[in-house]
Amino acid sequence: MEYVIIIIAAVFVSNIVLNQFLGICPFIGVSSKVETAIGMTGAVTFVMVIATLVTYLIYHSVLVPLDIIYMRTITFILVIASLVQLVEIILKKISPPLYQALGIFLPLITTNCAVLGVAVLAVQKDFNLLESTVFAIGNAIGFGLVLITFSGIREQLDLLTVPARMKGVPIAFIVAGLMALAFMGFAGIV
Amino acid sequence: MNQWKNFSKGLIKENAVFVLFLGLCPTLAVTTSAINGLAMGLATTFVLVMSNLVVSLIKNLIPDKVRIPSFIVIIASFVTVVELVMKGYVPALFDALGLFIPLIVVNCLVLGRAEAFASKNTIWSSIVDGTGMGLGFTMALTVLGAVRELLGSGAFFGMKLISGDALLLFILPPGAFLALGYLLVLVNMLKEKTA
Repeated sequence: MEYVIIIIAAVFVSNIVLNQFLGICPFIGVSSKVETAIGMTGAVTFVMVIATLVTYLIYHSVLVPLDIIYMRTITFILVIASLVQLVEIILKKISPPLYQALGIFLPLITTNCAVLGVAVLAVQKDFNLLESTVFAIGNAIGFGLVLITFSGIREQLDLLTVPARMKGVPIAFIVAGLMALAFMGFAGIV
Repeated sequence: MNQWKNFSKGLIKENAVFVLFLGLCPTLAVTTSAINGLAMGLATTFVLVMSNLVVSLIKNLIPDKVRIPSFIVIIASFVTVVELVMKGYVPALFDALGLFIPLIVVNCLVLGRAEAFASKNTIWSSIVDGTGMGLGFTMALTVLGAVRELLGSGAFFGMKLISGDALLLFILPPGAFLALGYLLVLVNMLKEKTA
């Protein structure tokens, strides 16, 4: 039950994109087509869950015992950067089709603040290992849900006449604002 | 003259937020008031200037292949400095900005300038470029923060202008998206006028 609450909270109540403002760059950048949005979601889910797991283990088995918590930011970003590289190499070897599908999105993930953000949040919230993993999965679902829905809306938006000044990014932000408004309806359910 | 161009391009013509759309996460997240926007902008400017400086100093020593990881380590070191200094001297501000201080590491603006400018230019130009870009970013955050604070809590830099409730929505997450969206429309209108 506790894990269900973590997932619901991460997906709906404090959605990573619309409520926490993490991963806005891919949210605006790769959301013009549903297909690319799905690819990005896959890559982010993959890296986010592994990164949270690995950074959790490093934080509690290296940084805390050695009393060098202030090295957190440097350690985490290095872990994530090398993890992305590693995932890329492994995927290329064991699953070429998946690599083809995720390929171009993987390097972009290093600078996706959602990955580092979730890793830091999981540590800040004092979750245990299982809770951290569930938390990462929930956030990845939340990211995917919003990104894919949003890209669907943007595909429709291309077919409409939008005032010239609002074309592109401005209208995307306004739509995102309305989506965030809708998600506020979930506030308080857990 | 050339240095002035380097400096001023970051303020308006290549403004990080309004024109290049870089560093949007902190832009939306911390601008619930003008003062938060200003503080976040200045913290980012410090990291930007220092990392530009160091990157341009050692640009000839770093092998091309490990360029990006090296830049990230340099940036992360300065972010840690900012984190520790803010925690020590302005704890209230540190709490308000929260998660977004460590996240300066993944601000695409900082890495973008290291890669696109500092790794190719002289030390002096890199410092000027970092300062210009940083101040442009600070300005954008302060403007957005001021607009949201004015609409959302009827105050300006903490001074209460109206009594009672304002449009609370603009302090809440949806207001961030809406305010930035409409500010971008305004920027486009100004661009049309000057063009």
